[in-house]
Amino acid sequence: MLRDITLGQYYPKDSVIHRLDPRVKITAVLVYIVMLFLVRDFTGYGVSLLAVIAVTAASGVPFRFILRGMRPIAVIILLTFILNLFLYPGTILLSLGPLHITEQGLHQALFMVCRLVLLIFGTALLTYTTKPMKLTDGMESLMSPLSRFGFPSHEIAIIMSIALRFIPMLVQEADKIMKAQQARGADFESGNIVRRVKSLMPLFIPLFVGAFRIAQDLAMAMEARCYRGGSGRTRLHTMKLEKRDGAAILLLSAYAAVILAERVLSGMFF
Amino acid sequence: MKSRAAEDIIRIENLTFSYPAPEEGTESQTAVDDISLYIEEGSFVAVLGQNGSGKSTLIKTINALLSPSRGDVFVCGMNTKDEELVWEIRRSAGMVFQNPDNQLVSAIVEDDVAFGPENLGIPAPEIRERIDDAMKRTGIFGLRKKSPHMLSGGQKQRVAIAGVIAMRPKCILFDEATAMLDPRGRCEVMQIIRSLKKEGITVLLITHFMEEAAEADRIIVMEKGKIALSGTPEEIFGDPDSVKRLGLKLPPAVEMRELLRARGIDIPDSVLNMDGLARYLCGRAEPERDSSGV
Repeated sequence: MLRDITLGQYYPKDSVIHRLDPRVKITAVLVYIVMLFLVRDFTGYGVSLLAVIAVTAASGVPFRFILRGMRPIAVIILLTFILNLFLYPGTILLSLGPLHITEQGLHQALFMVCRLVLLIFGTALLTYTTKPMKLTDGMESLMSPLSRFGFPSHEIAIIMSIALRFIPMLVQEADKIMKAQQARGADFESGNIVRRVKSLMPLFIPLFVGAFRIAQDLAMAMEARCYRGGSGRTRLHTMKLEKRDGAAILLLSAYAAVILAERVLSGMFF
Repeated sequence: MKSRAAEDIIRIENLTFSYPAPEEGTESQTAVDDISLYIEEGSFVAVLGQNGSGKSTLIKTINALLSPSRGDVFVCGMNTKDEELVWEIRRSAGMVFQNPDNQLVSAIVEDDVAFGPENLGIPAPEIRERIDDAMKRTGIFGLRKKSPHMLSGGQKQRVAIAGVIAMRPKCILFDEATAMLDPRGRCEVMQIIRSLKKEGITVLLITHFMEEAAEADRIIVMEKGKIALSGTPEEIFGDPDSVKRLGLKLPPAVEMRELLRARGIDIPDSVLNMDGLARYLCGRAEPERDSSGV
Protein backbone atom coordinates (compact mmCIF):
# COMPACT_ATOMS: atom_id res chain seq x y z
CA MET A 1 0.00 0.00 0.00
CA LEU A 2 2.88 2.36 0.74
CA ARG A 3 4.40 1.77 -2.66
CA ASP A 4 1.74 3.90 -4.31
CA ILE A 5 3.36 7.04 -2.91
CA THR A 6 5.30 8.78 -5.64
CA LEU A 7 7.54 11.67 -4.75
CA GLY A 8 8.93 14.17 -7.18
CA GLN A 9 6.61 12.92 -9.91
CA TYR A 10 8.28 12.90 -13.26
CA TYR A 11 6.48 12.45 -16.54
CA PRO A 12 8.97 10.88 -18.95
CA LYS A 13 8.84 12.46 -22.39
CA ASP A 14 11.36 13.93 -24.78
CA SER A 15 10.01 17.45 -25.28
CA VAL A 16 11.71 20.84 -25.57
CA ILE A 17 10.61 21.65 -22.04
CA HIS A 18 12.08 18.40 -20.72
CA ARG A 19 15.38 19.15 -22.40
CA LEU A 20 15.69 22.72 -21.08
CA ASP A 21 18.52 23.38 -18.65
CA PRO A 22 17.22 22.75 -15.11
CA ARG A 23 18.67 26.08 -13.99
CA VAL A 24 16.55 27.91 -16.55
CA LYS A 25 13.46 26.01 -15.50
CA ILE A 26 14.01 26.70 -11.79
CA THR A 27 14.59 30.40 -12.49
CA ALA A 28 11.49 30.50 -14.67
CA VAL A 29 9.34 29.02 -11.90
CA LEU A 30 10.77 31.46 -9.35
CA VAL A 31 10.04 34.44 -11.65
CA TYR A 32 6.58 33.03 -12.36
CA ILE A 33 5.81 32.77 -8.63
CA VAL A 34 6.95 36.35 -7.99
CA MET A 35 4.81 37.53 -10.92
CA LEU A 36 1.74 35.75 -9.54
CA PHE A 37 2.10 37.72 -6.33
CA LEU A 38 2.52 40.99 -8.24
CA VAL A 39 -0.63 40.49 -10.30
CA ARG A 40 -3.47 42.76 -9.16
CA ASP A 41 -6.40 41.71 -11.33
CA PHE A 42 -7.77 38.84 -13.35
CA THR A 43 -6.19 40.05 -16.59
CA GLY A 44 -2.76 39.20 -15.16
CA TYR A 45 -3.98 35.75 -14.20
CA GLY A 46 -5.41 35.31 -17.67
CA VAL A 47 -2.00 36.03 -19.18
CA SER A 48 -0.33 33.67 -16.69
CA LEU A 49 -2.85 30.94 -17.41
CA LEU A 50 -2.24 31.26 -21.14
CA ALA A 51 1.49 31.06 -20.48
CA VAL A 52 1.33 27.85 -18.43
CA ILE A 53 -1.10 26.28 -20.87
CA ALA A 54 1.32 27.03 -23.70
CA VAL A 55 4.23 25.53 -21.72
CA THR A 56 2.16 22.45 -20.81
CA ALA A 57 1.20 21.94 -24.45
CA ALA A 58 4.86 22.20 -25.45
CA SER A 59 5.89 19.73 -22.73
CA GLY A 60 3.48 17.03 -23.86
CA VAL A 61 2.36 16.34 -20.29
CA PRO A 62 -1.39 15.60 -20.48
CA PHE A 63 -3.61 18.14 -18.69
CA ARG A 64 -5.54 15.44 -16.87
CA PHE A 65 -2.24 14.27 -15.40
CA ILE A 66 -1.68 17.71 -13.90
CA LEU A 67 -5.28 17.99 -12.71
CA ARG A 68 -4.98 14.60 -11.03
CA GLY A 69 -1.91 15.88 -9.23
CA MET A 70 -3.95 18.76 -7.86
CA ARG A 71 -6.56 16.53 -6.26
CA PRO A 72 -4.77 16.15 -2.88
CA ILE A 73 -4.69 19.91 -2.36
CA ALA A 74 -8.31 20.46 -3.44
CA VAL A 75 -9.23 20.72 0.26
CA ILE A 76 -6.80 23.59 0.78
CA ILE A 77 -8.16 25.37 -2.27
CA LEU A 78 -11.72 24.91 -1.07
CA LEU A 79 -10.85 26.12 2.43
CA THR A 80 -9.16 29.22 1.03
CA PHE A 81 -12.24 29.93 -1.04
CA ILE A 82 -14.68 29.55 1.87
CA LEU A 83 -12.64 31.51 4.40
CA ASN A 84 -12.13 34.41 2.00
CA LEU A 85 -15.77 34.29 0.92
CA PHE A 86 -17.21 34.65 4.41
CA LEU A 87 -14.61 36.58 6.35
CA TYR A 88 -13.88 39.54 4.07
CA PRO A 89 -15.55 42.81 5.12
CA GLY A 90 -17.39 44.97 2.56
CA THR A 91 -20.75 45.47 0.84
CA ILE A 92 -23.02 42.60 1.77
CA LEU A 93 -24.36 40.59 -1.15
CA LEU A 94 -26.01 37.73 0.70
CA SER A 95 -26.56 36.88 4.37
CA LEU A 96 -26.83 33.33 5.69
CA GLY A 97 -27.63 33.80 9.38
CA PRO A 98 -24.49 35.10 11.06
CA LEU A 99 -22.42 34.66 7.88
CA HIS A 100 -22.20 37.32 5.21
CA ILE A 101 -20.95 37.08 1.69
CA THR A 102 -19.60 40.40 0.53
CA GLU A 103 -18.88 41.65 -2.94
CA GLN A 104 -15.23 42.16 -2.05
CA GLY A 105 -15.17 38.75 -0.35
CA LEU A 106 -16.37 37.01 -3.48
CA HIS A 107 -13.78 38.88 -5.53
CA GLN A 108 -11.04 38.07 -3.04
CA ALA A 109 -12.04 34.39 -2.82
CA LEU A 110 -11.93 33.92 -6.59
CA PHE A 111 -8.69 35.88 -6.74
CA MET A 112 -6.96 33.70 -4.12
CA VAL A 113 -8.19 30.48 -5.72
CA CYS A 114 -6.82 31.60 -9.08
CA ARG A 115 -3.48 32.42 -7.48
CA LEU A 116 -3.26 29.04 -5.70
CA VAL A 117 -4.27 26.99 -8.73
CA LEU A 118 -1.79 28.81 -10.97
CA LEU A 119 0.97 28.44 -8.36
CA ILE A 120 0.51 24.71 -8.14
CA PHE A 121 0.04 24.32 -11.87
CA GLY A 122 3.36 26.05 -12.59
CA THR A 123 5.45 24.34 -9.93
CA ALA A 124 3.98 20.94 -10.78
CA LEU A 125 5.12 21.47 -14.37
CA LEU A 126 8.69 21.82 -13.09
CA THR A 127 8.67 18.45 -11.34
CA TYR A 128 6.77 16.76 -14.17
CA THR A 129 9.34 17.81 -16.75
CA THR A 130 12.58 17.63 -14.72
CA LYS A 131 14.20 14.53 -13.26
CA PRO A 132 14.79 14.90 -9.51
CA MET A 133 18.54 14.42 -9.99
CA LYS A 134 18.66 17.24 -12.54
CA LEU A 135 16.62 19.39 -10.22
CA THR A 136 19.16 18.98 -7.41
CA ASP A 137 22.05 19.58 -9.83
CA GLY A 138 20.35 22.75 -11.03
CA MET A 139 19.69 23.96 -7.50
CA GLU A 140 23.27 23.30 -6.46
CA SER A 141 24.55 25.25 -9.43
CA LEU A 142 22.15 28.16 -8.81
CA MET A 143 23.01 28.29 -5.12
CA SER A 144 26.76 27.95 -5.58
CA PRO A 145 27.49 31.72 -5.69
CA LEU A 146 26.02 31.88 -2.17
CA SER A 147 28.60 29.42 -0.82
CA ARG A 148 31.10 32.27 -0.88
CA PHE A 149 29.12 33.76 2.01
CA GLY A 150 29.17 30.49 3.94
CA PHE A 151 25.87 29.16 2.58
CA PRO A 152 26.02 25.32 2.52
CA SER A 153 24.87 24.92 -1.09
CA HIS A 154 26.79 21.70 -1.79
CA GLU A 155 25.65 20.13 1.48
CA ILE A 156 22.00 20.95 0.74
CA ALA A 157 22.33 19.43 -2.73
CA ILE A 158 23.95 16.22 -1.47
CA ILE A 159 21.32 15.88 1.26
CA MET A 160 18.59 16.20 -1.36
CA SER A 161 20.16 13.64 -3.68
CA ILE A 162 20.72 11.14 -0.85
CA ALA A 163 17.11 11.64 0.21
CA LEU A 164 16.05 10.83 -3.36
CA ARG A 165 18.10 7.64 -3.24
CA PHE A 166 16.79 6.48 0.14
CA ILE A 167 13.10 7.44 0.08
CA PRO A 168 12.13 4.38 -2.02
CA MET A 169 14.29 2.23 0.24
CA LEU A 170 12.67 3.51 3.42
CA VAL A 171 9.25 2.99 1.84
CA GLN A 172 10.18 -0.63 1.11
CA GLU A 173 11.53 -0.99 4.65
CA ALA A 174 8.29 0.41 6.13
CA ASP A 175 6.31 -2.01 3.98
CA LYS A 176 8.40 -4.91 5.26
CA ILE A 177 8.05 -3.90 8.92
CA MET A 178 4.30 -3.45 8.49
CA LYS A 179 3.92 -6.91 6.96
CA ALA A 180 6.07 -8.45 9.70
CA GLN A 181 3.91 -6.82 12.34
CA GLN A 182 0.67 -7.72 10.58
CA ALA A 183 1.88 -11.31 10.49
CA ARG A 184 2.08 -11.12 14.26
CA GLY A 185 -1.43 -9.71 14.56
CA ALA A 186 -0.90 -5.95 14.39
CA ASP A 187 -3.91 -4.06 13.12
CA PHE A 188 -3.27 -0.86 11.14
CA GLU A 189 -6.65 -0.50 9.48
CA SER A 190 -9.46 -0.48 12.02
CA GLY A 191 -10.47 1.88 14.82
CA ASN A 192 -10.75 5.64 14.93
CA ILE A 193 -8.01 7.99 13.85
CA VAL A 194 -6.35 8.18 17.29
CA ARG A 195 -6.17 4.42 17.48
CA ARG A 196 -4.75 4.16 13.98
CA VAL A 197 -2.07 6.75 14.63
CA LYS A 198 -1.18 4.93 17.85
CA SER A 199 -0.87 1.64 16.01
CA LEU A 200 1.66 3.26 13.69
CA MET A 201 4.09 3.99 16.54
CA PRO A 202 5.58 0.48 16.57
CA LEU A 203 6.16 1.00 12.84
CA PHE A 204 8.01 4.30 13.16
CA ILE A 205 10.42 3.24 15.89
CA PRO A 206 12.09 0.38 13.95
CA LEU A 207 11.98 2.57 10.84
CA PHE A 208 13.92 5.34 12.59
CA VAL A 209 16.40 2.90 14.10
CA GLY A 210 16.90 1.46 10.61
CA ALA A 211 17.39 4.92 9.14
CA PHE A 212 20.14 5.71 11.64
CA ARG A 213 21.88 2.43 10.87
CA ILE A 214 21.73 3.20 7.15
CA ALA A 215 23.11 6.70 7.79
CA GLN A 216 26.06 5.27 9.69
CA ASP A 217 26.85 2.68 7.01
CA LEU A 218 26.45 5.21 4.23
CA ALA A 219 28.70 7.78 5.91
CA MET A 220 31.43 5.16 6.18
CA ALA A 221 30.98 4.05 2.57
CA MET A 222 31.15 7.67 1.37
CA GLU A 223 34.32 8.28 3.34
CA ALA A 224 35.85 5.09 1.95
CA ARG A 225 35.17 6.53 -1.52
CA CYS A 226 37.12 9.68 -0.70
CA TYR A 227 34.16 11.97 -0.08
CA ARG A 228 35.36 15.11 1.68
CA GLY A 229 32.75 17.76 1.00
CA GLY A 230 32.18 19.96 -2.01
CA SER A 231 35.57 21.60 -2.47
CA GLY A 232 37.80 20.08 -5.14
CA ARG A 233 34.95 17.92 -6.37
CA THR A 234 34.15 17.64 -10.08
CA ARG A 235 30.90 16.52 -11.64
CA LEU A 236 30.11 13.94 -14.29
CA HIS A 237 27.24 15.96 -15.66
CA THR A 238 28.25 19.48 -16.57
CA MET A 239 25.44 21.81 -17.50
CA LYS A 240 25.68 23.95 -20.60
CA LEU A 241 23.22 26.54 -21.84
CA GLU A 242 21.89 25.80 -25.33
CA LYS A 243 20.07 27.94 -27.88
CA ARG A 244 16.71 26.69 -26.65
CA ASP A 245 17.62 27.91 -23.16
CA GLY A 246 18.27 31.38 -24.58
CA ALA A 247 14.89 31.30 -26.29
CA ALA A 248 13.24 30.24 -23.03
CA ILE A 249 14.87 33.12 -21.17
CA LEU A 250 13.61 35.55 -23.83
CA LEU A 251 10.05 34.21 -23.56
CA LEU A 252 10.24 34.37 -19.78
CA SER A 253 11.35 38.01 -19.94
CA ALA A 254 8.49 38.78 -22.32
CA TYR A 255 6.02 37.21 -19.89
CA ALA A 256 7.45 39.16 -16.94
CA ALA A 257 7.34 42.38 -18.98
CA VAL A 258 3.68 41.87 -19.87
CA ILE A 259 2.72 41.23 -16.23
CA LEU A 260 4.67 44.24 -14.99
CA ALA A 261 3.29 46.50 -17.71
CA GLU A 262 -0.22 45.35 -16.98
CA ARG A 263 0.32 46.08 -13.29
CA VAL A 264 1.53 49.61 -14.00
CA LEU A 265 -1.22 50.34 -16.52
CA SER A 266 -4.03 49.02 -14.33
CA GLY A 267 -2.62 51.10 -11.48
CA MET A 268 -3.15 54.16 -13.65
CA PHE A 269 -6.82 53.43 -14.20
CA PHE A 270 -7.73 52.61 -10.59
CA MET B 1 60.63 -10.88 12.29
CA LYS B 2 61.41 -11.47 8.66
CA SER B 3 62.26 -8.36 6.70
CA ARG B 4 60.06 -7.71 3.71
CA ALA B 5 60.75 -6.19 0.35
CA ALA B 6 58.81 -3.22 -0.98
CA GLU B 7 56.68 -5.38 -3.29
CA ASP B 8 54.27 -5.98 -0.43
CA ILE B 9 51.34 -3.73 -1.19
CA ILE B 10 50.02 -3.91 2.35
CA ARG B 11 52.30 -4.08 5.37
CA ILE B 12 50.74 -4.45 8.77
CA GLU B 13 53.27 -4.26 11.60
CA ASN B 14 52.41 -5.09 15.20
CA LEU B 15 48.92 -3.68 14.76
CA THR B 16 46.69 -3.43 17.81
CA PHE B 17 43.28 -1.84 17.68
CA SER B 18 41.02 -1.30 20.68
CA TYR B 19 37.53 0.12 20.56
CA PRO B 20 37.11 2.70 23.33
CA ALA B 21 35.28 1.55 26.45
CA PRO B 22 31.52 1.96 25.89
CA GLU B 23 31.02 3.30 29.44
CA GLU B 24 33.27 4.38 32.24
CA GLY B 25 34.48 1.54 34.37
CA THR B 26 34.20 -1.04 31.57
CA GLU B 27 37.15 -2.49 29.73
CA SER B 28 38.07 -1.23 26.28
CA GLN B 29 37.60 -3.93 23.66
CA THR B 30 40.70 -5.15 21.89
CA ALA B 31 39.53 -6.24 18.45
CA VAL B 32 42.93 -6.75 16.82
CA ASP B 33 45.80 -7.85 19.00
CA ASP B 34 49.40 -7.34 17.84
CA ILE B 35 49.07 -8.60 14.28
CA SER B 36 51.78 -8.48 11.64
CA LEU B 37 50.77 -9.31 8.09
CA TYR B 38 52.29 -8.73 4.67
CA ILE B 39 50.29 -8.93 1.49
CA GLU B 40 52.03 -9.27 -1.82
CA GLU B 41 50.91 -7.13 -4.75
CA GLY B 42 48.52 -8.94 -7.10
CA SER B 43 47.61 -11.70 -4.69
CA PHE B 44 44.17 -12.85 -3.61
CA VAL B 45 43.93 -13.29 0.14
CA ALA B 46 40.88 -14.59 1.99
CA VAL B 47 40.36 -13.74 5.64
CA LEU B 48 38.26 -16.18 7.65
CA GLY B 49 37.14 -16.24 11.24
CA GLN B 50 34.06 -16.31 13.41
CA ASN B 51 32.02 -13.19 14.17
CA GLY B 52 33.94 -10.90 16.50
CA SER B 53 37.33 -12.33 15.56
CA GLY B 54 38.50 -8.90 14.34
CA LYS B 55 38.38 -9.43 10.56
CA SER B 56 36.33 -6.33 9.79
CA THR B 57 38.38 -4.17 12.13
CA LEU B 58 41.58 -5.36 10.48
CA ILE B 59 40.33 -4.52 7.00
CA LYS B 60 39.05 -1.09 8.08
CA THR B 61 42.49 -0.12 9.38
CA ILE B 62 43.89 -0.79 5.89
CA ASN B 63 41.43 1.68 4.36
CA ALA B 64 42.29 4.23 7.09
CA LEU B 65 38.68 4.19 8.29
CA LEU B 66 40.14 3.17 11.65
CA SER B 67 43.49 4.36 12.93
CA PRO B 68 45.74 1.87 14.78
CA SER B 69 45.88 2.08 18.58
CA ARG B 70 49.42 0.72 18.37
CA GLY B 71 51.61 -0.40 15.49
CA ASP B 72 51.51 0.72 11.85
CA VAL B 73 49.69 -0.08 8.63
CA PHE B 74 51.30 0.77 5.30
CA VAL B 75 49.45 0.76 1.97
CA CYS B 76 51.76 1.10 -1.06
CA GLY B 77 54.36 2.39 1.37
CA MET B 78 52.05 5.05 2.82
CA ASN B 79 51.42 5.05 6.56
CA THR B 80 47.69 5.22 7.31
CA LYS B 81 48.43 7.44 10.32
CA ASP B 82 49.56 10.25 8.02
CA GLU B 83 46.45 12.38 7.63
CA GLU B 84 47.66 13.99 4.43
CA LEU B 85 47.86 10.60 2.75
CA VAL B 86 44.42 9.37 3.83
CA TRP B 87 42.72 10.16 0.51
CA GLU B 88 45.50 8.63 -1.57
CA ILE B 89 45.35 5.51 0.62
CA ARG B 90 41.58 5.24 0.21
CA ARG B 91 41.96 5.67 -3.54
CA SER B 92 44.63 2.93 -3.69
CA ALA B 93 42.74 0.53 -1.45
CA GLY B 94 39.04 0.67 -2.31
CA MET B 95 36.45 -1.00 -0.16
CA VAL B 96 33.21 -2.88 -0.82
CA PHE B 97 30.91 -3.32 2.17
CA GLN B 98 28.49 -6.00 3.24
CA ASN B 99 25.12 -4.33 2.76
CA PRO B 100 24.55 -3.58 -0.93
CA ASP B 101 21.80 -1.05 -0.13
CA ASN B 102 23.66 1.07 2.38
CA GLN B 103 26.70 1.93 0.28
CA LEU B 104 25.18 3.34 -2.90
CA VAL B 105 24.87 7.12 -2.81
CA SER B 106 23.03 8.11 -5.94
CA ALA B 107 19.57 7.36 -7.32
CA ILE B 108 21.06 6.47 -10.73
CA VAL B 109 23.59 3.70 -11.30
CA GLU B 110 26.05 5.62 -13.48
CA ASP B 111 25.99 8.64 -11.15
CA ASP B 112 26.83 6.33 -8.27
CA VAL B 113 29.76 4.80 -10.12
CA ALA B 114 30.93 8.37 -10.82
CA PHE B 115 30.81 9.36 -7.14
CA GLY B 116 34.36 8.25 -6.32
CA PRO B 117 36.04 9.83 -9.38
CA GLU B 118 34.04 13.03 -8.73
CA ASN B 119 35.43 13.15 -5.21
CA LEU B 120 38.93 12.80 -6.63
CA GLY B 121 38.39 15.92 -8.73
CA ILE B 122 38.82 14.18 -12.10
CA PRO B 123 37.65 16.17 -15.16
CA ALA B 124 34.25 15.19 -16.59
CA PRO B 125 35.36 13.56 -19.90
CA GLU B 126 37.78 11.29 -18.04
CA ILE B 127 35.13 10.38 -15.45
CA ARG B 128 32.87 9.31 -18.32
CA GLU B 129 35.66 7.16 -19.78
CA ARG B 130 36.46 5.56 -16.42
CA ILE B 131 32.88 4.79 -15.43
CA ASP B 132 31.97 3.33 -18.81
CA ASP B 133 35.02 1.08 -18.56
CA ALA B 134 34.22 0.10 -14.94
CA MET B 135 30.58 -0.64 -15.76
CA LYS B 136 31.55 -2.78 -18.75
CA ARG B 137 34.05 -4.75 -16.68
CA THR B 138 31.42 -5.49 -14.04
CA GLY B 139 28.70 -6.22 -16.61
CA ILE B 140 26.30 -3.47 -15.49
CA PHE B 141 26.66 -1.17 -18.50
CA GLY B 142 23.14 -2.07 -19.60
CA LEU B 143 21.77 -0.99 -16.22
CA ARG B 144 23.51 2.40 -16.11
CA LYS B 145 20.33 4.52 -16.24
CA LYS B 146 18.43 2.43 -13.71
CA SER B 147 17.74 3.26 -10.10
CA PRO B 148 19.59 1.03 -7.57
CA HIS B 149 16.39 0.05 -5.77
CA MET B 150 15.22 -1.70 -8.95
CA LEU B 151 18.28 -3.99 -9.01
CA SER B 152 18.99 -7.37 -7.41
CA GLY B 153 21.47 -7.71 -4.55
CA GLY B 154 24.17 -9.09 -6.82
CA GLN B 155 23.66 -6.28 -9.33
CA LYS B 156 23.83 -3.66 -6.56
CA GLN B 157 27.06 -5.17 -5.28
CA ARG B 158 28.47 -5.05 -8.81
CA VAL B 159 27.56 -1.35 -8.95
CA ALA B 160 29.50 -0.87 -5.71
CA ILE B 161 32.49 -2.73 -7.18
CA ALA B 162 32.31 -0.63 -10.36
CA GLY B 163 32.34 2.49 -8.17
CA VAL B 164 35.59 1.30 -6.63
CA ILE B 165 37.15 0.19 -9.96
CA ALA B 166 36.44 3.65 -11.42
CA MET B 167 38.85 5.07 -8.83
CA ARG B 168 41.60 2.87 -10.35
CA PRO B 169 42.73 1.22 -7.10
CA LYS B 170 45.66 -1.15 -6.69
CA CYS B 171 43.84 -3.18 -4.09
CA ILE B 172 40.18 -3.88 -3.29
CA LEU B 173 38.99 -4.89 0.16
CA PHE B 174 35.76 -6.88 0.35
CA ASP B 175 34.18 -6.73 3.80
CA GLU B 176 31.82 -9.73 3.71
CA ALA B 177 30.58 -8.40 0.38
CA THR B 178 28.87 -11.70 -0.47
CA ALA B 179 27.23 -12.31 2.92
CA MET B 180 23.85 -10.79 2.04
CA LEU B 181 23.60 -12.16 -1.49
CA ASP B 182 21.77 -15.14 -2.92
CA PRO B 183 23.84 -17.90 -4.56
CA ARG B 184 23.54 -16.30 -7.97
CA GLY B 185 24.65 -12.90 -6.69
CA ARG B 186 27.60 -14.52 -4.90
CA CYS B 187 28.61 -16.22 -8.10
CA GLU B 188 28.51 -12.89 -9.99
CA VAL B 189 30.70 -11.20 -7.40
CA MET B 190 33.19 -14.09 -7.34
CA GLN B 191 33.50 -13.91 -11.13
CA ILE B 192 34.46 -10.25 -10.88
CA ILE B 193 36.97 -11.02 -8.14
CA ARG B 194 38.58 -13.61 -10.42
CA SER B 195 38.86 -11.13 -13.28
CA LEU B 196 40.26 -8.46 -10.94
CA LYS B 197 42.96 -10.86 -9.87
CA LYS B 198 43.79 -11.56 -13.51
CA GLU B 199 44.24 -7.83 -14.07
CA GLY B 200 46.76 -7.76 -11.25
CA ILE B 201 44.60 -6.05 -8.63
CA THR B 202 45.23 -7.25 -5.09
CA VAL B 203 42.07 -8.65 -3.49
CA LEU B 204 41.42 -9.04 0.20
CA LEU B 205 38.19 -10.93 0.82
CA ILE B 206 36.52 -11.40 4.17
CA THR B 207 34.02 -14.21 3.87
CA HIS B 208 32.10 -16.92 5.64
CA PHE B 209 31.93 -19.07 2.54
CA MET B 210 34.70 -21.64 2.45
CA GLU B 211 34.33 -22.39 -1.25
CA GLU B 212 35.16 -18.73 -1.93
CA ALA B 213 38.20 -18.90 0.36
CA ALA B 214 39.38 -22.08 -1.38
CA GLU B 215 39.94 -20.02 -4.56
CA ALA B 216 42.38 -17.66 -2.83
CA ASP B 217 46.17 -17.73 -3.07
CA ARG B 218 46.39 -17.51 0.65
CA ILE B 219 44.03 -17.91 3.59
CA ILE B 220 44.29 -16.18 6.94
CA VAL B 221 42.18 -17.47 9.78
CA MET B 222 41.60 -15.09 12.67
CA GLU B 223 40.57 -15.84 16.21
CA LYS B 224 40.15 -13.39 19.08
CA GLY B 225 42.09 -10.65 17.34
CA LYS B 226 45.05 -12.82 16.42
CA ILE B 227 46.07 -14.74 13.33
CA ALA B 228 45.39 -18.37 14.17
CA LEU B 229 46.33 -19.94 10.84
CA SER B 230 47.92 -18.68 7.66
CA GLY B 231 48.77 -20.57 4.51
CA THR B 232 47.65 -21.68 1.09
CA PRO B 233 44.18 -23.26 0.80
CA GLU B 234 45.91 -26.64 0.37
CA GLU B 235 47.73 -26.20 3.66
CA ILE B 236 44.76 -24.82 5.58
CA PHE B 237 42.19 -27.34 4.38
CA GLY B 238 44.81 -30.09 4.48
CA ASP B 239 44.44 -29.90 8.22
CA PRO B 240 40.65 -30.22 8.71
CA ASP B 241 40.92 -30.66 12.46
CA SER B 242 42.43 -27.23 13.14
CA VAL B 243 39.94 -25.61 10.79
CA LYS B 244 37.06 -27.20 12.68
CA ARG B 245 38.61 -26.35 16.04
CA LEU B 246 38.49 -22.67 15.02
CA GLY B 247 34.74 -22.94 14.53
CA LEU B 248 34.83 -22.99 10.73
CA LYS B 249 33.38 -25.43 8.27
CA LEU B 250 35.20 -27.06 5.40
CA PRO B 251 34.34 -26.30 1.78
CA PRO B 252 31.79 -28.87 0.53
CA ALA B 253 34.35 -30.47 -1.80
CA VAL B 254 36.89 -30.82 1.01
CA GLU B 255 34.21 -32.26 3.27
CA MET B 256 33.50 -34.84 0.58
CA ARG B 257 37.22 -35.46 0.10
CA GLU B 258 37.62 -36.19 3.80
CA LEU B 259 34.67 -38.60 3.78
CA LEU B 260 36.15 -40.42 0.79
CA ARG B 261 39.56 -40.52 2.46
CA ALA B 262 37.99 -42.08 5.54
CA ARG B 263 36.73 -44.80 3.22
CA GLY B 264 40.25 -45.43 2.01
CA ILE B 265 40.23 -43.48 -1.26
CA ASP B 266 43.40 -41.48 -1.49
CA ILE B 267 42.88 -37.90 -2.70
CA PRO B 268 45.61 -35.23 -2.59
CA ASP B 269 45.31 -31.95 -0.64
CA SER B 270 45.27 -29.95 -3.87
CA VAL B 271 41.69 -31.03 -4.57
CA LEU B 272 39.61 -28.13 -3.17
CA ASN B 273 36.53 -27.73 -5.33
CA MET B 274 33.80 -29.91 -6.77
CA ASP B 275 35.14 -29.65 -10.33
CA GLY B 276 38.59 -30.69 -9.17
CA LEU B 277 37.17 -33.54 -7.15
CA ALA B 278 35.08 -34.81 -10.05
CA ARG B 279 38.04 -34.53 -12.41
CA TYR B 280 40.32 -36.33 -10.00
CA LEU B 281 37.88 -39.15 -9.33
CA CYS B 282 37.19 -39.62 -13.05
CA GLY B 283 40.90 -39.50 -13.79
CA ARG B 284 41.52 -42.06 -11.10
CA ALA B 285 38.79 -44.29 -12.42
CA GLU B 286 40.23 -44.29 -15.93
CA PRO B 287 43.67 -45.84 -15.26
CA GLU B 288 42.10 -48.36 -12.88
CA ARG B 289 39.87 -49.67 -15.62
CA ASP B 290 42.90 -49.79 -17.92
CA SER B 291 44.98 -51.73 -15.42
CA SER B 292 42.15 -54.21 -14.84
CA GLY B 293 42.01 -54.71 -18.61
CA VAL B 294 45.69 -55.60 -18.82
